Amino acid sequence: MPFISNTDEQRKQMLKEIGVDTFADLLNGIPKEYFTKKSLNLSEPLSEMEIAAQISKLSEKNRNTNQIISFLGAGIYDHFVPAAVNYIISRPEFYSAYTPYQAEVSQGTLQFIYEFQTMICELTGMDVANASMYDGATAAAEAILMAIRHNRRKKILISDLIHPSWKEVIKTYTSSLDVAIDYISEKDGKIDIQELKNQIDESVSAVLVQTPNFLGCIEDMKSIDSIVHSDKKALLISAVDPISLMLFNAPSEYNADIVIGEGQVLGNAQNLGGPLLGFFTTKKNFARKMPGRIVGATHDKNGQKGYVLTLQTREQHIRRDNATSNICTNESLCALAATVYIALMGKKGLYEIAKQSTIKAHYLFDKICQLEGFEPANHSQFFKEFAVKTAEEPKEIIEKMKKNGFFAGIDLTPFGYKNQMLIAVTEKRTKNEIDDYVNQLKGKDGN
Amino acid sequence: METKTIFEKSVKGRTGFSLPKCKNAKDIEDFFPKDILRKVKPNLPEVSELDAMRHYIEISAKNHFIEKGFYPLGSCTMKYNPKINDIVNILPGLTNLHPFQPEDTIQGALQIMWELQNILQEISGMNAVSLQPVAGAHSEFAGVNIIYNYHKNRGNKKTKIIMPDSAHGTNPATSALHGYKAIEIKSNNEGKVDINTLKDAVDSDVAGFMLTNPNTLGVFETEVKEIAEIIHSVGGLMYLDGANLNAMLGYIRPGDIGFDIVHFNLHKTFSTPHGGGGPGAGGIGVVEKLSEYLPYPKIEKRDEKYFFKYDMKNSIGKIHTFYGNFLVMVRAYIYLKMLGESGLRRIAENAVINTNYLMTKLKNYFPVPFQKDVMHEFVASGEKFKQFGVKTLDIAKRLLDYGFHAPTIYFPLIVHEALMIEPTETESKETLDNFIETMIKISEEAESNPEKLKNAPQNTPIGRLDEIAAIKNLNVKFNFDN
Repeated sequence: MPFISNTDEQRKQMLKEIGVDTFADLLNGIPKEYFTKKSLNLSEPLSEMEIAAQISKLSEKNRNTNQIISFLGAGIYDHFVPAAVNYIISRPEFYSAYTPYQAEVSQGTLQFIYEFQTMICELTGMDVANASMYDGATAAAEAILMAIRHNRRKKILISDLIHPSWKEVIKTYTSSLDVAIDYISEKDGKIDIQELKNQIDESVSAVLVQTPNFLGCIEDMKSIDSIVHSDKKALLISAVDPISLMLFNAPSEYNADIVIGEGQVLGNAQNLGGPLLGFFTTKKNFARKMPGRIVGATHDKNGQKGYVLTLQTREQHIRRDNATSNICTNESLCALAATVYIALMGKKGLYEIAKQSTIKAHYLFDKICQLEGFEPANHSQFFKEFAVKTAEEPKEIIEKMKKNGFFAGIDLTPFGYKNQMLIAVTEKRTKNEIDDYVNQLKGKDGN
Repeated sequence: METKTIFEKSVKGRTGFSLPKCKNAKDIEDFFPKDILRKVKPNLPEVSELDAMRHYIEISAKNHFIEKGFYPLGSCTMKYNPKINDIVNILPGLTNLHPFQPEDTIQGALQIMWELQNILQEISGMNAVSLQPVAGAHSEFAGVNIIYNYHKNRGNKKTKIIMPDSAHGTNPATSALHGYKAIEIKSNNEGKVDINTLKDAVDSDVAGFMLTNPNTLGVFETEVKEIAEIIHSVGGLMYLDGANLNAMLGYIRPGDIGFDIVHFNLHKTFSTPHGGGGPGAGGIGVVEKLSEYLPYPKIEKRDEKYFFKYDMKNSIGKIHTFYGNFLVMVRAYIYLKMLGESGLRRIAENAVINTNYLMTKLKNYFPVPFQKDVMHEFVASGEKFKQFGVKTLDIAKRLLDYGFHAPTIYFPLIVHEALMIEPTETESKETLDNFIETMIKISEEAESNPEKLKNAPQNTPIGRLDEIAAIKNLNVKFNFDN
């Protein structure tokens, strides 16, 4: 039997010390009828060699983005991850450590979380970040719950252009509460500012806007800020792609109250969409209302600087039914990947990634829009992702392109954008790949 | 030794990245108007790759981790994580998959998830399983949301959820998130749910009962079937917090003893690494009548093809952007395929024997108030050392000096000065004997030299940290102005 150290002889010895004869004696107090009578319908145990072969084989049944050139985005992006990131996150010191409850033997974990919090604050311009959330969607849902706790209002306005899965997660998270959700419609790739203006009133707890939004377009956050904050109590929740913040105004510059997002782009693989990395940051005044773990710096009695989990009285293990959230386990190791990634890329590298993604995405956009059967879906500015209107049904294009070695994009038809396709480009795509892609698309039209 | 932050190691102009040149002559200003462009760039580190590696390796050395030493953290099931599980990290056919890829390009991934659903169903005796929750508390969220929606559909969403006073903090927190009043009922003198107290607390407003079994005292709730009958008699649902599933693997199936909803912690029971606090993976199993309430999509199989099923009429909806923590699921799948039924039973046996052995050897030094039907963990009390001015916290810190991680402390709340000890099945008798010897030594030190405990730890990378100061002078990010 793998993974058990004790021998039969030792077990016998231990049972004797306990004062019983057999293992069954230890279960004497449990009613007999509780035990399962039938044997479980599970396959015979495999050896390490056998399971290794089986997993390899199963993994090869998938077509991965090393084999097929991917233009897929919508929240998960194929950015480059330096080898050094995986080297660090594979270290057992980080990998198989528990939550840093005993600070004196967890300084490695606590310090990187402190650095992660700092990096997220730097990127967003906010005051305080937590140690991570499950993903962008649950971070958004928790931001809404925090806003409701804060101002006790009952209405949430959400951009119709946030990720569709996020809408669904938010719906689940608020389903048992007395909260109304209204969506602000799209107008040419961005939210309809006039509609937002009409909808804002004193019942609104918070407004959630994603920028770049689901269609890749950059929202006019300064106008949104002035509308939302025309009411003193309403909170502006901004959802951002952290890499985009190397280029565009920091959320603090448009007075966002809570900033959340999906951090997968920071040094994490695509992983079929999990694990992901939610981040959560806000203003100093709201620190005690935040969900999740927070690391703070302190010192020992010799004055040596160290780190601890702090403000724990917000959390479920202390505050129980009055906790700010029920979150316990988070995505710590993904936050470590993000921390190491940002350290390696640094100020210059992360800017370069944002810039190259932008340039390449726009290069592709210009080329596609010259093709017959393709036109821009809107006229708004975009970062690394854009939507095009297609003459042929997107699902047909996607199917044919797949055969030619491309994941062409995401069919937006099921999300309410008929005959539109969402295309993402990261710094990883080469000019050759992009040109090939365009040529293949052209082939689709019989040119 | 204090390690400076990565920000303090930054040298202006130094870089640690390598990217191909982009020959396109355009610049950012060519694409966007000035007013949306960021003027002041964020303060990010400027270090070489070697700088970064030295830095993170240096701080990593300050961590305790399972390959370094024993982790007797109650409720956390810190078992060894077999290294074969981590084969997933190097297979691009698992890591480099995009969640919007066409289904026919992820058949291997879907097969793993589908098989894992089935294995967990079989182990738990449930009718359907969703792998979407990514953590225990996330599973609880799904579970209580199912309870809420189930009752709502039946026309009465009810107002209360009951749980023992030994419950994990996530249980009341999750109930409250759904607007339910969390009713905690007192445990009896065996540390179990008191049936009479329960009967008095139960009425038609009870939506459900959340129970950990074995409970957080490590004690098996031997009257769980009676409890289920009482809860079911008022139309309530039975929820098993599966944090302690390790103790009954292969022997007792929650579905056979009255539970309607069960959650799994793949990162505890099924050996996926904890990553310093995550990612974990949840998973939730339900009985037939609740199967359509699970989060969508579910993975199904038809004509040898695997696919996502979205059409579930009562589904609570999505709780994660995509399908849950796929990569963690694969690790658990590998582990489970290596165990089979016999392996599962060996886990339960060894976890229970190791625990009872530890308890037998330690109870004369650290009183254990609840000893009957102890399974995979037990809770000792440090109360008696108070007379020497020693608290449980001091005992915990002293253990760090001897190279052990401390047990979970001050939980459950019903044992004063609690030390909650869970050895897991993977530890050897030699490790347990070492731990026993050390604990006995500490109990002697508490009496003869209490200062030693109060000043502990001394042999760790840093001395005892001032948590009060951390709250008073909140410092949660590096200050670049200093």
